[in-house]
Amino acid sequence: MHMADALVSPAVAGTMAVLSGAAAVYSVKKLREEDDPKRIPVMGVMGAFVFAAQMINFTIPGTGSSGHICGGFLISALAGPYAGFLTMIGVLLIQCLFFADGGLLALGCNVWNMAFYGCFIGALLVWKPFMRKGATKARIMAASIIGCIVTLQLGAFSVTVETLLSGITELPFGVFLAAMQPIHLAIGLVEGIITGAVLVFVQDARPELLWGVEDEGREGRFTLKKTLVILAAAAAVIGGAVSLIASALPDGLEWAIGRVAGVEELEAAGSVYESASSIQEKLSFLPDYAFKGSESAAGTTVSGIVGAALVLALCVCLCYILRLFMNRRTNEQN
Amino acid sequence: MSRIEKAVFELNSIEDLSRQNRWVNRLHPSVKLLLTLLLAVLAVSFDKYNLPGLLGLFVYPLFVFIAGGLRFKDALRRLWIVLPLVVVTGITNPFFDRQVQFYIGNFAVTGGMVSMATLIVKGILCVLGAYILIATTPIEGICRSLRAFRVPKTIVTVILLIYRYVTVLLQEADRVTNAYLLRAPSEKGIGIRAWGPLAGGLLLRSMDRAQVLYESMQLRGFDGEFPEGLHALFYEGRDNRRLSIIYFAVWAVILVLLRIVPVAGIVGSVFGI
Repeated sequence: MHMADALVSPAVAGTMAVLSGAAAVYSVKKLREEDDPKRIPVMGVMGAFVFAAQMINFTIPGTGSSGHICGGFLISALAGPYAGFLTMIGVLLIQCLFFADGGLLALGCNVWNMAFYGCFIGALLVWKPFMRKGATKARIMAASIIGCIVTLQLGAFSVTVETLLSGITELPFGVFLAAMQPIHLAIGLVEGIITGAVLVFVQDARPELLWGVEDEGREGRFTLKKTLVILAAAAAVIGGAVSLIASALPDGLEWAIGRVAGVEELEAAGSVYESASSIQEKLSFLPDYAFKGSESAAGTTVSGIVGAALVLALCVCLCYILRLFMNRRTNEQN
Repeated sequence: MSRIEKAVFELNSIEDLSRQNRWVNRLHPSVKLLLTLLLAVLAVSFDKYNLPGLLGLFVYPLFVFIAGGLRFKDALRRLWIVLPLVVVTGITNPFFDRQVQFYIGNFAVTGGMVSMATLIVKGILCVLGAYILIATTPIEGICRSLRAFRVPKTIVTVILLIYRYVTVLLQEADRVTNAYLLRAPSEKGIGIRAWGPLAGGLLLRSMDRAQVLYESMQLRGFDGEFPEGLHALFYEGRDNRRLSIIYFAVWAVILVLLRIVPVAGIVGSVFGI
């Protein structure tokens, strides 16, 4: 996912460097507050470990291909988000200088796409809530898989947006996104399993090394409720902001049709089409992601927020169903 | 040679190059860092169809390659890492942007073809820019520049430590992987049952190594951060300050002029092309 310099414009690179720099300064401040001199050598050696471990090929059964560990998430699960973030900056800088993996100008983008999401989102919003009631093998594995998938999806999304805003590719936003997200879903799943396997081993051998693990029953700062509220707010902001971009740019298929036929949507005729269309109109309260009869940006933004809320509601329902199922299994075992 | 061995070899060969005693190596690291960034900013700021203008910027890397005694072959190896990603991003341009820009004989060159070529050239230029920086400047020099640009001491210290330990841990990872593969000759990588114990074992040994490192650093008076002047120790008396200022001023002006003035077009028109 390392972005090369050629894929970013100076404006995008500068903006991302400022954002990543601000996160770095905040992390340095937080580390100073902790005042643990031992942390610096640990960060140095851990950074070198992530570097070395990413070179090891782990064979994925039945595919013939290989994967590697999810560096940002692993390091944060061991050293915490602030130390993890600063260590990942070092890793990414050395990768870009010595191995041409990512560019110097695009360093701000790469730090944001890989270190920020992996360390802050992964550690604070996924790892810590999961570890609130203590570390078990299942919780570690679930946190690692969910953490790696979520952070890689966010990273891949950011790569798409940054490339699009830089005006590098002619590929429409929707098509680019459709190419990036599914492949990173698969990568995230594999990296999550490998990272989980390493963390489970650490928990077996030296559980005190894991960061953010609370004793059973002790209330952590990030409860599940707080996490859900933060995720809901983030989804609303992202849904709202991104839908504004989406409204300005036609969907890939619409764009292709426009090129071929000269119109954005093909006219269709026939009774079957008309009946289907009337059913869709009755069911759909946000046709084409906007209020009926509204062409405004506000309408599109509200559509994005409502869409995010619907997705979240679906996720919550699925979680409850899963919990009911798990509780029933536990009761049956008892 | 395994992937890890190649990485160790690459690190060592770049370190050897950066410690050569040529005048380019003795220039102030901040000057080279700033010029590399300037080169990258100017390169990516070119319009997607301005391929001739972009080619002019190659004068700077070419100059450093010759002055620093660097080999093009070594730099080209690095391009294999970057180019696939750049090509994948730009490969759709010829399909979407079909407006004909010019003809070569009967062959119509479209805007998409030109923008894809520009993107690839930008990628090559930026990779060469980073290579000439690291092949003529030791990591301590770069860290010293980062401190001069007010990058927090914690980050700079961590970068130095990572760099120092990368080679050690890469070699250890290579030994572990080799030991595994010798016992499982038919496998191409690490099997699923060994994922946790193999990488986890390496991780725990790394943590123990960090503990030993911390204790030895503590014995030498380490209190959380390196003293301010440490990076300068590596560089005492090496910089040629006056030459560095002249070098920066001359190259900054040349690069900016190449960005503003369409040199390629002017040269072409002189020859009546």
